[in-house]
Amino acid sequence: MAIHFLVHEAGDSVGVVVVEGIKAGQELTGWVMDNDKTLTIKVSHDIPIGHKVALKDLAKDDTVYKYGADIGRVAAPIKAGEHVHVHNLKTKRW
Amino acid sequence: MTDDTFFGYRRENGRVGVRNHVAILPLDDLSNNACEAVANNIKGTLVLPHPYGRLQFGEDLDLYFRTLIGVGSNPNVAAVVVIGIEPLWTKVIVEGIEKTGKAVAGFAIEQHGDLNTICSASRAAKDFVHLASEKHREECSLTELWVSTKCGESDTTSGIASNPTVGNAFDKLYGRGLTLLFGETTELTGGEHLVAARCRTPEVRARFQAMFDRYMAVVEAHKTSDLSDSQPTKGNIEGGLTTIEEKALGNIQKIGKKCMVDGALDKAETPTGPGLWFMDSSSAAAEMVTLCAASGFVVHTFPTGQCNVIGNPILPVIKVCANPRTIRTMGEHIDLDVSGILRKEMNLDQAGDALLAMIMRTANGRLTAAEVLGHREFVITRLYESA
Repeated sequence: MAIHFLVHEAGDSVGVVVVEGIKAGQELTGWVMDNDKTLTIKVSHDIPIGHKVALKDLAKDDTVYKYGADIGRVAAPIKAGEHVHVHNLKTKRW
Repeated sequence: MTDDTFFGYRRENGRVGVRNHVAILPLDDLSNNACEAVANNIKGTLVLPHPYGRLQFGEDLDLYFRTLIGVGSNPNVAAVVVIGIEPLWTKVIVEGIEKTGKAVAGFAIEQHGDLNTICSASRAAKDFVHLASEKHREECSLTELWVSTKCGESDTTSGIASNPTVGNAFDKLYGRGLTLLFGETTELTGGEHLVAARCRTPEVRARFQAMFDRYMAVVEAHKTSDLSDSQPTKGNIEGGLTTIEEKALGNIQKIGKKCMVDGALDKAETPTGPGLWFMDSSSAAAEMVTLCAASGFVVHTFPTGQCNVIGNPILPVIKVCANPRTIRTMGEHIDLDVSGILRKEMNLDQAGDALLAMIMRTANGRLTAAEVLGHREFVITRLYESA
């Protein structure tokens, strides 16, 4: 089965798209690396290879989790299946 | 797994190198010209031009000397010709390198001029090339191989695949008693507590924390924005990395799951025993790899996502990549393709073993992509303005 995105740990807010050419509306299959499970999600944006897709709905100022750890705060509301990057995720550091 | 031995060049001080360079080393920018001319005269030499002159002072000067002496002392170097504008600082470098017992000669341009200096230095370099050409590799224990790592032009494939590949390999090498190095102080931001927790003793932890805090204070003192223009870099961002925390967590995958941090080194300092060492260092690739070379490391593993292309004149840089687009569009820069992880065709254990095999091949003589493409970035870290 083709894998479209990887997730580091169960409970992460985001997965990473690992194939090129993902278009809005596509149904993706993901592999969760720490427990070897798979999941599916429908994306609402084109997502470039290496970029993140939201696995759940997130509100402004929520913490985003990846690797089971805090990678920053939500800057604009995010819905599951959306592209997560510099427009809606910001650092909590400097 | 991997072999117990490799074939390396045993140097006078007992250290083992995997290359056999005759280096022509300028003390200062004034001497680049003469050094290049010597390298042109004498085939088989390697010139290391760089842009810095003199009037460094204090800790910056200490680092400058430590870097030049360290590079000349590196076991990948068989012999060194040093050229400087004046004799006293030239002598500092020569005497520093001489402590290793290897062949070193120094020349100063003042009162001789470029042309006479080039002539004398070329004669010395010629002798050194004859000397180096008769050195042979001998079988050495794997534990004598010093391996460093730094990632560059990272993207999310780095955190997911190529960095954990290095981590897997480092866990295995650590278990065998090798001397290993990582650094990139500011890149740990967001994950520094995880590194601190891995420090073996409270003393190491305190030293690491002090280095991290000092570097962060420098960033705080000089920044004009939230640094989102520089860190993560534009290349990182194009590749999908959004925040420094995310980058740090991906970065830290390189030290695996089992390695403890056994010591914390200042820039270009040399480890005093086996284990995993942290070195306070820039996250700028060529600066950090140059510091690894100055510290005495002989093979470097460099996971990349978007493809950082640098090498180093004396330290072979192995590029590891899991981004299929990079492999497809600029694969000539990559030594080890681990993009199979993303397709579930290989797991991290297999990728780690593949990297160990590539490290062994490099140690035994395989030239890396960066070496064959002629990438010889030699970048000296400076701490502040010259006087």
